[in-house]
Amino acid sequence: MTHAIEIADLHKSFGDNQVLQGIDLTVEPGQVVCVIGPSGSGKSTLLRCVNLLETPTKGKVFVEGVEVTDPDVDLDAVRRRIGMVFQQFNLFPHMTALQNVMIAQRRVLKRGRSEAEAIARENLEKVGVGDKCDTLPGQLSGGQQQRVAIARALAMNPDLMLFDEPTSALDPELVGDVLAVMRKLAEEGMTMLVVTHEMGFAREVADRVVFMDGGVVVEDGPASQVIGDPSQERTKAFLRRVLHPEG
Amino acid sequence: MTDLPKTAEPARARLSPRKKQQISRAVQYALLVVALVAIVLYADWGSLAQNFAKVDVAEHALPELFTIALRNTIIYAVGGFVFAFVLGLLLALMRLSQVRPYRWIAVVYIEIFRGLPALLIFLMITFLPLALPGFQVPFGTYGQGILGLGLVGAAYQAEVFRAGLQAVPKGQTEAARSLGMSATRAQVTVIIPQAIRMVIPPTTNQFVALLKDSSLVLFLGVSGEYVELAKFGNDLASQYANATPIMVAGVTYLIVTIPLGYLASRLEGRKGRKP
Repeated sequence: MTHAIEIADLHKSFGDNQVLQGIDLTVEPGQVVCVIGPSGSGKSTLLRCVNLLETPTKGKVFVEGVEVTDPDVDLDAVRRRIGMVFQQFNLFPHMTALQNVMIAQRRVLKRGRSEAEAIARENLEKVGVGDKCDTLPGQLSGGQQQRVAIARALAMNPDLMLFDEPTSALDPELVGDVLAVMRKLAEEGMTMLVVTHEMGFAREVADRVVFMDGGVVVEDGPASQVIGDPSQERTKAFLRRVLHPEG
Repeated sequence: MTDLPKTAEPARARLSPRKKQQISRAVQYALLVVALVAIVLYADWGSLAQNFAKVDVAEHALPELFTIALRNTIIYAVGGFVFAFVLGLLLALMRLSQVRPYRWIAVVYIEIFRGLPALLIFLMITFLPLALPGFQVPFGTYGQGILGLGLVGAAYQAEVFRAGLQAVPKGQTEAARSLGMSATRAQVTVIIPQAIRMVIPPTTNQFVALLKDSSLVLFLGVSGEYVELAKFGNDLASQYANATPIMVAGVTYLIVTIPLGYLASRLEGRKGRKP
């Protein structure tokens, strides 16, 4: 079976700053993999290399068996199959929630207006903001905006989803709604690669947890093992800081 | 050395900050009163009124002031504005293009047309038929005026658009691209509409500047039905040897420009208030 995502010896530098220093990682179809680690460890960069928002300096990335790092690949076609959810939501502020979810269906997938609208409403309903169709993003709470962003990605029927710290910009009381939607997606069998600081979510939902530090994968295994019984000293230190911040 | 604080102490007591402010305020009012008195006493009010505000001369300006002059001013300004808007957007996109020669062309254009006096461009346009035999600017005098205003306006409008395009957050492009949109599609559907919204206030100011610059049409040697406000006022002023028509034309400009100026600052204010 082809891997959903396969990353081999991935390097990425920004100038002299080596952010990723040889990452190897695979995600199987239907798996939920959470990437954890201190800020600056390269988690987001790793995620952004999967759909080529960042161009890797060295190494290969395969999505469903297609090498996306091949310069001749049709990137737009690859990205169509990969949903992406950003920390800052990045909704289009000049369009209503409904239009946000419809626009790429119309312009990229060339779906008809009524079909696109039906799919948009269905997905907005699914993430619990079905009553906000005609609202502009500026009038929505952060949690609602992020759920519209998830609906926007889902409407494209992606084969896999990337989440880049989806709850980090939210007020604490709004985090739960977004995590609930993600949990539902996971239960439906969506392939997900999630960069997160939500240890509870990772422990409960992830099939695998990857701990990154200093641009390398330090530990990769089942959630219960990496979070519950880490083998590496760096993982232990990180988890101590995150789970018991008061010391 | 020990009595230094003592000498500083009384100096401060002599003039308190409040007292100083009162004196300064009084001096400013005194100067204003002196200036007003001088103007009232020395100006020849009768002569001024005769030359700048003669009612019967002003009456001769109607109705052509509105039916021809203002109408033409608006035609030149709106036509030039549309030209400048389209060419300006194109130049801004070229300025930000990945293709280096496009950037060069845009930079050269913008620098030249912002650096030259608009008057010079208008004078050159009158020589176009000599330079390019057989070439005619379409729509005659209107076309010439609109071309001159558009060429100059585009350089300024390009910089306005560039600022707008650069102010759209990078995440917007990333979101559009990650949905599978091509670079061009992302620009057209996501980036440009947001940039245009952002630049509405400065663009309104650009329109006001262009409306005033339409007075340069005077130098195209227009006549008859093509005259705009400045030319119209100037012609009548020569005819009656009286400055009143120029004043009338000036007031007509203000009737249009001042409300537009307020509109621009209202729009700016609204943008500022929104998150």
